[in-house]
Amino acid sequence: MATSKPRVKVPKTASAGETVVIKTLISHEMESGQRKDKDGNVIPRKIINRFTCEFNGQPVFSCDIDPAISANPYFEFSAKVPESGTFKFTWVDDDGSTYTDEQKIEVK
Amino acid sequence: MKLDRRQALVLTGSAAFIAMAGLGVGPAAAAAEDTEKKIMDFTGGKAPESGKISLTAPEIAENGNTVPITVEVESAMTGDDMVQSVLILADGNPNPEVATFNFTALSGTAAATTRMRLAKTQSVIAVAKMADGSVFMDKKEVKVTIGGCGG
Repeated sequence: MATSKPRVKVPKTASAGETVVIKTLISHEMESGQRKDKDGNVIPRKIINRFTCEFNGQPVFSCDIDPAISANPYFEFSAKVPESGTFKFTWVDDDGSTYTDEQKIEVK
Repeated sequence: MKLDRRQALVLTGSAAFIAMAGLGVGPAAAAAEDTEKKIMDFTGGKAPESGKISLTAPEIAENGNTVPITVEVESAMTGDDMVQSVLILADGNPNPEVATFNFTALSGTAAATTRMRLAKTQSVIAVAKMADGSVFMDKKEVKVTIGGCGG
């Protein structure tokens, strides 16, 4: 997989102080480093090792990931929304590259 | 090619075996002491209590490649009554660590869902560390039946 495309589901609106559920999914093979190719060589580990979610620069949720997380890692968690703002999601790959996504939420 | 019932059974059996071998390669599964040590490292030597934390996992997972798990901790998420982090371990995998969830006051509730890999039938363990230093643990046995010859 050449590109890892994140997909994030955040409600468009919320009332102040409401706790909303956020669902995230990113396409990634999450090669565990345990498998061997057909010649018996170990396929090197390549996973997303960290996921973070921030709201207006404040940390909301983060996760340190080990190879036991399935391919195309999926995370569902909750966040409290005190005001209108932007959620920023970051995935960090073993090779150092990062994938980001941003979603706006409006408080009514 | 016409298969009688016996041949058909042998064929599905060997297909299942190949599927299992694909997951089972690598070093021997993590020993129970290793898992115990990981818990102690996480809690700072404190023995975890039961209660507060609940881990939801299927009793039987047909495909060990994607097993949905949900962890939830009872907490107001303010002041001292706050969950700092939750460690997920699987004692039968080549490496017991699965993931560590870190929560903040902005999390609202300490709950998270993900999908994990299980090499074989084993226990999944969730340990929660609270802001006041107390530690809680929950454990679920998951039967993994890849192609029907696991467990």
